[in-house]
Amino acid sequence: MVPYLDAAYNLAHWLARNPSDAQDVVQESMLRALRYFDSFRGGDVRVWLLAIVRNTFYTLRSRTPQDALHDELDEAVHPLIDDGPSPETLTLLAVDVGALQSALERLPAPLREILVLRELEECSYKEIAGITGQKIGTVMSRLARARDRLRAELTCRPKEVRRHDVR
Amino acid sequence: MMCDDAGLLLHAYLDDELDAASSAAVARHLHDCSACKARYETYAIMQKALSEPALYRRAPDALRAQWTTPVAPAAASKVTPITVRRRTPVAFAAAAGFAAAVLLSVPAWLHWLPSRGADNAIVAQAIAGHLRSLQGEHLLDVVSTDQHTVKPWFEGKLDFSPRVKDLAPEGFPLVGGRLDALDGHSVAALIYKRRLHVINLFQWPAENGSATQVATQEHGYTVIRWTGDGMHYVVISDVNEGDLKQFVLAFQNEANPLMAR
Repeated sequence: MVPYLDAAYNLAHWLARNPSDAQDVVQESMLRALRYFDSFRGGDVRVWLLAIVRNTFYTLRSRTPQDALHDELDEAVHPLIDDGPSPETLTLLAVDVGALQSALERLPAPLREILVLRELEECSYKEIAGITGQKIGTVMSRLARARDRLRAELTCRPKEVRRHDVR
Repeated sequence: MMCDDAGLLLHAYLDDELDAASSAAVARHLHDCSACKARYETYAIMQKALSEPALYRRAPDALRAQWTTPVAPAAASKVTPITVRRRTPVAFAAAAGFAAAVLLSVPAWLHWLPSRGADNAIVAQAIAGHLRSLQGEHLLDVVSTDQHTVKPWFEGKLDFSPRVKDLAPEGFPLVGGRLDALDGHSVAALIYKRRLHVINLFQWPAENGSATQVATQEHGYTVIRWTGDGMHYVVISDVNEGDLKQFVLAFQNEANPLMAR
């Protein structure tokens, strides 16, 4: 389990979006993992642990209601625009780690987590399905939505990106 | 293929999650359709950008220290006076509670943390066994791609019945089996192929049910060990780690239908 501490923290950090909450989530997850190790039925420890981290985050967050509602509503406000700028413009934006980070942070949690699991954690679709408890088809369509949304965040709101950077 | 169909498959194609036929179909479509190709390239750029290591949040050292070295009571009491000065009482109480939890769970940890010495010996022996199997004609005692020929062959030669699965649909065809010895046990060795690579899978009965999966790289070989369904498994090959993990996943799913969800 300890070899996956980085993985656990990475997911927790991207979900919680700040270091201290992320640490709380990881601590709680590790304790839960210890407590429920008996219920571990074999398979991939990383998937099992990340599923616990995810559940822990959502349980802790539901206890302190905050931007959950905002996250879900947010999605409706910003419809996807399919014809974005050219790949070249995007390249310039995407190599800017700060812009990429704030764009990722603005995504609603369900989309953010799937991108983090796929691109940062390099999980297969099957592993993501195991962690999030979704069907593979849902993983696929949600990942497609997440990428479209991230692209929109990167390209269609450049002003906000800049403001975010300055702050 | 139409652009609508390609929309979702594009992502699976980018993630290398498609079977050969669909993969070829998407590649063909991308060749013909410039709009889809542009979208694909955009996603590829984003994927590459997201793999930037700066975006990966590694666990802070303090957190890691808490979870890697179970604190001895003497060490803990030496450390606390320093932390008291800096932290608020609540944080300190939380930290103390946490340290207590760690201490209480130390037995669980010790049982759990890979016992380095013994494991390295198994890895070394697995590599030796793998190398020996590749020399001369030692690889196969029974040559068959049929799991119903390989499994009965072990009967009477071992004091357990090994799990034998043909994983040809997943790209790991079974080519045969043989007897081997590992860690003082007689073990069943199954031989699979991944293209031209040889994969050796050793298995023997497990006494306790620790199920941690551990991957090790040594001498250019990848060794993955796990325990499941009452068996210890060690798989070794010179294929890359991703492929070997895929193999383990395929084998586990086959062995335990409950995990196939």
